Amino acid sequence: MNNNVLSLRNVVKAYADQIAVNNVSFDVRSGSIFGLLGPNGAGKTSLIRIITTITGADSGEVTINGQPLNHLHPNEIGYMPEERGLYKKMKVGEQLIYLARLKGLSGKDAKRKLVYWLEKFDILSWWDKKIGDLSKGMGQKIQFIATIVHDPTLIILDEPFSGLDPINSNLIKDEIYQLKQKGTSILFSTHRMEQVEEICEDIVLINKGRIILYGNVKEIREQFKENKFNLHYHGSMPSGKYPEGFDILETSNDGFTFKTGAGTSANDMLRFIMDQGVSVLQFNEVLPSLNEIFIKQVSLSNE
Amino acid sequence: MNKIWLVTQREYLTRVLNKTFLLTTLLTPLGIVLFMAVVVLIMGTGSDKTKTISVYDPTNILQGELNTSRKNLAFKFSNAPLEAQLAEYRGQKIAGVIELPPLPDSLASKYSYKYHSDDPLAMDESFGIESAISKKLRNYKLKKLNIDESSLKNLDTEINAIPVNVVEDKKMTSITTVVSSILGGIVGYTMFFIILFYGMQVMRSVMEEKINRIVEVLISSVKPFELMMGKVIGVGLVGLTQIGIWLVLMPVIFFIGTALFNIDPNAMGPINTGDIPVEDLAMTSQDKIAQVFAEIKSMNWWKILPLTLFYFLAGYFAYSALFAAIGSAVGEDINEANSLTMPVMMPLMLSIYIGISAVSAPDSSLAVWSSMIPLLSSIVMPVRLPFDPPWWQIAVSVVSLVLFTVFLVWLAARIYRVGILMYGKKASFKELSKWLFYKG
Repeated sequence: MNNNVLSLRNVVKAYADQIAVNNVSFDVRSGSIFGLLGPNGAGKTSLIRIITTITGADSGEVTINGQPLNHLHPNEIGYMPEERGLYKKMKVGEQLIYLARLKGLSGKDAKRKLVYWLEKFDILSWWDKKIGDLSKGMGQKIQFIATIVHDPTLIILDEPFSGLDPINSNLIKDEIYQLKQKGTSILFSTHRMEQVEEICEDIVLINKGRIILYGNVKEIREQFKENKFNLHYHGSMPSGKYPEGFDILETSNDGFTFKTGAGTSANDMLRFIMDQGVSVLQFNEVLPSLNEIFIKQVSLSNE
Repeated sequence: MNKIWLVTQREYLTRVLNKTFLLTTLLTPLGIVLFMAVVVLIMGTGSDKTKTISVYDPTNILQGELNTSRKNLAFKFSNAPLEAQLAEYRGQKIAGVIELPPLPDSLASKYSYKYHSDDPLAMDESFGIESAISKKLRNYKLKKLNIDESSLKNLDTEINAIPVNVVEDKKMTSITTVVSSILGGIVGYTMFFIILFYGMQVMRSVMEEKINRIVEVLISSVKPFELMMGKVIGVGLVGLTQIGIWLVLMPVIFFIGTALFNIDPNAMGPINTGDIPVEDLAMTSQDKIAQVFAEIKSMNWWKILPLTLFYFLAGYFAYSALFAAIGSAVGEDINEANSLTMPVMMPLMLSIYIGISAVSAPDSSLAVWSSMIPLLSSIVMPVRLPFDPPWWQIAVSVVSLVLFTVFLVWLAARIYRVGILMYGKKASFKELSKWLFYKG
């Protein structure tokens, strides 16, 4: 049994004047939260449109739960595009039922599920309101419900938190976690790295249509570590001098950041500090943030 | 298929259940009736002040009588000297003085009268007076020439053509052409407006979905082709609903209209009856009405109705698919839409003009050819149908229209699927033709 909800193999998509997706392959594990990262114009939206069957790939293979992409798959996918929109003059309830039925739900099922979700978000009273009369944030909640109402196995969210206030952001984030608990897989496209670090297990980073980084978030950070350490102590250093072979990056009254050099280890530094007679309060490795990795890798690949 | 139906349903219900639909459906025919009534009223009212005009006729040409249909003109014959009458004018008791000089000779073909006033007569007033004087002069001359009215009338002969069929199954009466023309004209105009109006609605609906960006969510659930077709069918059904309601309403409104404006429907016969004696007129008009009904009855409705419906549907599909493609290509800029709709409007406009000419010459080569050329045929052929065109022409026309409509829908769908996701690119025909060749 294949336990990847989504697999891409050598997917290529070219437009008249550029190659939007260039030989991209990756897997999204079932029940995971996966980050699709990349700067603007990297080809994220093109990739998503291939996965959601909006456009077709020129070559390569896309499988969902092991089956090549077919016309039934849209019903198993919930997609929230970055540019959101709903019918302004249609009532919330009617609109949601319509969108749910387009995903293959019966009218009855759609209504039952929608009542559940609207109640959960405490917005059932909006049923008869028109979207045009609601605020932007309210509209986004409605849009999120429209994305997940048909219990998709794969949810694709393109910049889901853009334009949301912190309260609504957290609400959506909690929902994403709860959906993951239930076994739903989430593909999450963004260029906001702090969110990725917080939410995603695996990521793929693309730039100019190519994959430049792919893997588990922790492993990637591990992979790009620069042997940087942070040390805090109590007391004062008598000598003010550091041992040879270390690169001191930053100092403060009660600590410093350093990088180990060739033939030195962090333990050597610790030993040295303890011999100085100060008491160590905190010692930790500084892993690069995804943001740093992102910027570095993107600029590397642009060179 | 099921998804096309869902889209169709939404397009239909959101429109039909809208208050504006109800209002426009009910108010449009009422508005037309009101408009016509207002036009009739305007035409009927001239100046509301009565003008009294003094007539100075020393040689008694008018024999003390001057009748015009203008209700606001009153004439007062007076033999007082012209100076005295002009004094009366200066005293503002009368609007002017008509002075009739003696006839140069009894058979003069030209005659001028003088109108003394500082306010000239309105155009219709002077026309009225002129024709009244002319009529009087005619009688005056007849008397002088010693001709009596009835023998003069015998000089006129009313001519009617009696069509005699050579091929037996083509029944034709003298009135066939008239009825067919009217029928053809009505059908042609109605089709033109309906195709235009609902085609535009399809375009607007596509633009709405593109502008408010819901389209990307939609096409992650349905294929662009399904979305487009659902829209076209849904809006088309709204159109059929509206026409259906109007067909039901028409007799009702006609009844209300006649009651409201106190128009006697029987009096709405031929206007300008001229000098035809009343009994004669009654005979002919009743005869003619009966003939019209017989004519309408004798038409091959089993052929005309389904074919007209077919041409409407095919024409609607072809044009509204094109409008959908245009709607998908433009963004928020309505001006851009206008420049793109022009080439689509052109065959539509052209076909209504050819349709009008086909009414008077249904068998002209222009009418025959354009009733077989797709896009033009959807309006020109229905106009020709009451004139009973040969079957082979209908067959060619139907087949070519079906094939071309299928082709146009395919073409439109290819533009549509690219256009709805294209933002910020200026849509030109060059750009659109590129979209045709984009891979799925």
